[in-house]
Amino acid sequence: MLKIKNLHAGVENKKILKGINLEVNPGEVHAIMGPNGSGKSTLASVIAGREDFEVTRGKILFEGEDLEDLAPEERAHNGIFLSFQYPVEIPGVTVTNFIKTAINETRKARGEEDMPANQMLKLIREKAELLEIDRKFFSRSLNEGFSGGEKKRNEIFQMAMLQPKLAILDETDSGLDIDALRIVANGVNKLRSRDNAVVVITHYQRLLEYIIPDFVHVMHDGKIVKSGTKELALELEEKGYDWVKQEAVL
Amino acid sequence: MELKEKLIASFMAFENQVDMNNPVHEIRSEALKTFETKGFPHRKLEAWKYTSLDRLQKVDFSLFPKEDNDLEYRDVKKYFLDEMDTYKIVFIDGIYSSYLSETTHDGVDICLLSAALTKPMYRPIIEVYFNKAASREDSMTSLNTAFTREGAFIYIPKNKAPRKPVEILHFSTGNESALMLQPRNLIIAEENAELQVIERHQSLTSNETLTNSVTEIYAAKDAIVDYYKVQNDRESASLIDNTYIDQKGNSHVSVHTFSFGGKLTRNNLNFYQDGEHIQSTLKGVTILGEKQHVDHHTLVHHQQPNCESHQDYKGIFGQRSTGVFNGKIIVDKIAQKTNAFQQSNNLLISDKSTVNTKPQLEIFADDVRCSHGCTIGQLDKDALFYLQARGIPKKEASALLMYAFANNVLESVRIPEVKQRITKLIAKKLGVRLGFEL
Repeated sequence: MLKIKNLHAGVENKKILKGINLEVNPGEVHAIMGPNGSGKSTLASVIAGREDFEVTRGKILFEGEDLEDLAPEERAHNGIFLSFQYPVEIPGVTVTNFIKTAINETRKARGEEDMPANQMLKLIREKAELLEIDRKFFSRSLNEGFSGGEKKRNEIFQMAMLQPKLAILDETDSGLDIDALRIVANGVNKLRSRDNAVVVITHYQRLLEYIIPDFVHVMHDGKIVKSGTKELALELEEKGYDWVKQEAVL
Repeated sequence: MELKEKLIASFMAFENQVDMNNPVHEIRSEALKTFETKGFPHRKLEAWKYTSLDRLQKVDFSLFPKEDNDLEYRDVKKYFLDEMDTYKIVFIDGIYSSYLSETTHDGVDICLLSAALTKPMYRPIIEVYFNKAASREDSMTSLNTAFTREGAFIYIPKNKAPRKPVEILHFSTGNESALMLQPRNLIIAEENAELQVIERHQSLTSNETLTNSVTEIYAAKDAIVDYYKVQNDRESASLIDNTYIDQKGNSHVSVHTFSFGGKLTRNNLNFYQDGEHIQSTLKGVTILGEKQHVDHHTLVHHQQPNCESHQDYKGIFGQRSTGVFNGKIIVDKIAQKTNAFQQSNNLLISDKSTVNTKPQLEIFADDVRCSHGCTIGQLDKDALFYLQARGIPKKEASALLMYAFANNVLESVRIPEVKQRITKLIAKKLGVRLGFEL
């Protein structure tokens, strides 16, 4: 599904990603861990198409298609979803109107009609229930005055509505208390299927107790320095990141 | 002949058409002298630094339009707020159109200034109010005063409220190659009266129009007046709007100015608070493109204690458009406990657009709250990426963000039909179909 080959990217004169290789197949959950500044969030942004970063070498293929020339919205239309670490507040646009616009723009890009209003409403109710979201939430302005937990839950709600093939969750666990974490993780797990894949980016092992990864990768200084199975996450928790940093130097 | 000379020379011809024995005529003559002395404002004056009237003064404007320019309702329907019932005071090339209008004298007077100036029954009202709030020093206002003859006259007696809003519409047909119009509106809400007005100037062809308009609004004790200015004219139209608002104790007056078009628009909006516990609201949404120019000059003069003023202007400037916001707040020494808020936020969405913004605070009282803020920026990149990453294309995403940016100004619009109309105009102006009803 996703193939990243020798990816180098950065801003202006600063190199951030220095040769990333990663392959994600349908049905898999990958966790990308690593200390602050290792390039995890940059990797997520580059996959989603953020123009601030320049890809200098390498390729990202999604279902065989090179993403290089695709705008962020086109990547979204193809089924890539990024859950933001810091979701943006947009006053004056309600959660409902926002998700309607996102869904119908995606349908339009795929040559489909707008989703009928009653079907939309049904879908919203269904996903709201899944994520234990109060109905009042939907008439509020997008992310405006939301708590950290509400913002993250709203991200996962949007993911549930858009049903992406590949979901990248960038630090979705930060700012969540344990109850919110459980609800969000439960939501993600219910959305998993044989056809879609999830990449979880996180600093801590905590979220991985709820979203069990098939593979764990450790990033350091713009590279994946270690890959393994879920046991690697536990080992990291125990030994700390200095351990991989030292190994990377060796 | 330049416009100033032409105007002065035509005053005698104007006098032949009006009753020179009317006491108002003395006011006209005085005003002409002021204009003659001062002439058109020029860019050496601080208040006109960014707005030049030079080009307009070289245009050969007709000053007295022909009498018989008719319009069919179906041709101009779209400029009316036709989704709701309103009183209408309609002018075609400055001449009142009884056919398109709907006036009333049923408990309230919603009619013509020409009638109010000439009929003896209105003389006491004219004596008390006419040209009392309007500046006698300002040259453009004086020019309008000198040629005062026609416009809207609205008089709402104590405790009354008309059963529907009033629309004041000025059409110019383009039957003259270039036309100058000087409408004069007098609006009075007596004690505890209520009124809502929507004003619009619309030119129907590409022939040049210059409108120099003066509106006086008097809100007595406990009165509530909401005034909406819709400025969405053609590239051939220029407007100098001079509005003076005199408020007494406990009154609430709001003016919303929606500037989406016109070649050159200058809004001189002046609030005078003469009583306690007054609320004044000044809001504006400006969305410009091409080489359009809008200059908002506001003044709020706090003359008594315990009053509030709230100013919030949002501007979006594309292509080569230019904008000005100059907000002056004066707080007199006795006006303690004043709460004055002023904000001007601007988005430049083109490299060639410019905006000049300047707050001007003159505070002589020591126990006041005055806050002001001006920002000039571009669309938030993080927000844009966020929307794009959700599948919303860049153009629609930009429009959504611009809509969100301007939106809070609309929250205080109290007529739902006006709010809806404005949101539609905004969406149209931004050139997008937003995936939902705004």
